[in-house]
Amino acid sequence: MNAKKIDKFATGILYTIAGIVVLILIMLLGFIILRGVPQLSWSFLTSPSNAFSAGGGIGIQLFNSLYLLILTMLISLPIALGASIYLNEYAKPGMITNTVRTMIEILSSLPSVVVGLFGFLLFVVQFKLSFSIVSGALALTVFNLPLLTRSIEEALKAISNDQRNGGLALGISKWETVTKIILPAAVPSIVSGLILSAGRVFGEAAALIYTAGQSAPALNFGNWNPFDIDSPLNPMRPAETLAVHIWKINSEGIMPDAAAVSAGSAAVLIIVVLLFNLSARWLGRTLYRHLTAS
Amino acid sequence: MDKIRASILTPSRSSKLERRGKWLSLLCLGSICIVVIAIFGFITYRGLATFTTDHVSLSKFLTGTDWNPSVSKSGAPLVGALPMIAGSFLITILATALAIPFAIGTALMMTDVTPKTGTRILQPVLELLVGIPSVVYGFVGLTVVVPAMRNIFGGSGFGILSGTFVLFVMVLPTITSMTVDALTSVPKSFRYASLALGATRWQTIYKVVLRSATPGILTAIVFGMARAFGEALAVQMVVGNATLMPYSLVAPASTLTSVLTTGIGNTVMGTAQNDALWSLALILLIMSLTFNLAIHLIANRGSLKR
Repeated sequence: MNAKKIDKFATGILYTIAGIVVLILIMLLGFIILRGVPQLSWSFLTSPSNAFSAGGGIGIQLFNSLYLLILTMLISLPIALGASIYLNEYAKPGMITNTVRTMIEILSSLPSVVVGLFGFLLFVVQFKLSFSIVSGALALTVFNLPLLTRSIEEALKAISNDQRNGGLALGISKWETVTKIILPAAVPSIVSGLILSAGRVFGEAAALIYTAGQSAPALNFGNWNPFDIDSPLNPMRPAETLAVHIWKINSEGIMPDAAAVSAGSAAVLIIVVLLFNLSARWLGRTLYRHLTAS
Repeated sequence: MDKIRASILTPSRSSKLERRGKWLSLLCLGSICIVVIAIFGFITYRGLATFTTDHVSLSKFLTGTDWNPSVSKSGAPLVGALPMIAGSFLITILATALAIPFAIGTALMMTDVTPKTGTRILQPVLELLVGIPSVVYGFVGLTVVVPAMRNIFGGSGFGILSGTFVLFVMVLPTITSMTVDALTSVPKSFRYASLALGATRWQTIYKVVLRSATPGILTAIVFGMARAFGEALAVQMVVGNATLMPYSLVAPASTLTSVLTTGIGNTVMGTAQNDALWSLALILLIMSLTFNLAIHLIANRGSLKR
């Protein structure tokens, strides 16, 4: 009898806890959307920011974020793909493989500010790349590699061994089996993993403050020559991203409408990350249906 | 004859491709390992400069409470890192302690109480919470939590407590989703056996499910602590950034990460002020390793029992 009462009581508490967690998310999202969406307009999304007066936009920051994201993915995808192929297809279980796995695990658990500081030491100071998109993309690659490697490895692991044996039985080499049979079969989950990591990279700021820099020089969107200093494509220019922008205007507090601009920027960040998450799921499913017989 | 001989003795196109592919993928893996080694090498090298070139004793660095690297006293700069170390630990422990009951409760809802609706509602909630960038948490903390603290406790509103609330929401999804994994790995038969003995659902949860999932839950907690310890910007925005001993939870304080994010840009490479910051980064790195080690130890203990 007593046990039943305790059971009821405990269940009630569990429901309350779950309710509070859902409430926190609703309030969080509600706050960001309600505060941020009214700020959004075409001119806010496209015009450059004003450091000392109200009414600035986030155009350059938004472009920088996307450009940095694409560069990061271009660098990290081939490396992560190679590393996960070796780990899943070639590596023999043993001391060395275990050590390598532990190292990747350690890399994935490093605070992103440490990754940023390393990027600052190596890319900005040592390689003299200064605060630039390249430095930022390389730092983000370090940040992204362990997660991407793990998600691709999971994707490869999920492909049944029958496919590998089938390829080998046909007399094609292991490498060809991997590239021609296993990878295509794993594409849907690789794409989902890629997009999910893109969401994380898009919102990352701590790794970028001291690598891509905190300034967004004016860009000439009519000039697409990557070697010109005001060209949007120039990879050697400093590039403040959207996430860094939110941090910077809030911690400096010079901009008169910092609260409004950061609310708008936060809404854009959240919406983009949400879109990434949704499209990862949708694209994964669609690709799976198209590429497989099911 | 020579043609056949040559074709047998020289590797085929396909086997060349195989060898090249294997080396290429090994190279990719190797480059990741080199990055890890380089991170440790660079930060250790920079972080030790405080002790080797600036002659600060390790015990003074770890226990001193005066952080004022531009001032020198008896031949060594005043770099007592205890305020930041204490701030980091305090904020990590408080945020994790606050998150544990919520995380375990939410996880239990998803696995044992209402698995269907619980998972359908709570799973996307957790995924959304994970996906929110940390600066957004910082911004919300700055515009909601800090003013609320100011109204309730007076003062500026910045401080350990504000950081705790922000970090609580940030580590909650991490701990919850890993706890869910730990709870689902408890075999169904354990639950059936307990229920068949006449135990209520809560008795089953408390005496059977939680007990056998303990190693997994501990791993989840340590993971959450590692995340909280390393989080930089969200904390920096709400903690107040005063390098003082945290004598009160609602007074401005600082953490290792907050001092790093604000300081590195304001100091010149190679100076004592800069070296001291790299030493803080080294502490951060060592703590990250320690958390990793703890996770491995817990995992080994847990697997031995089975």
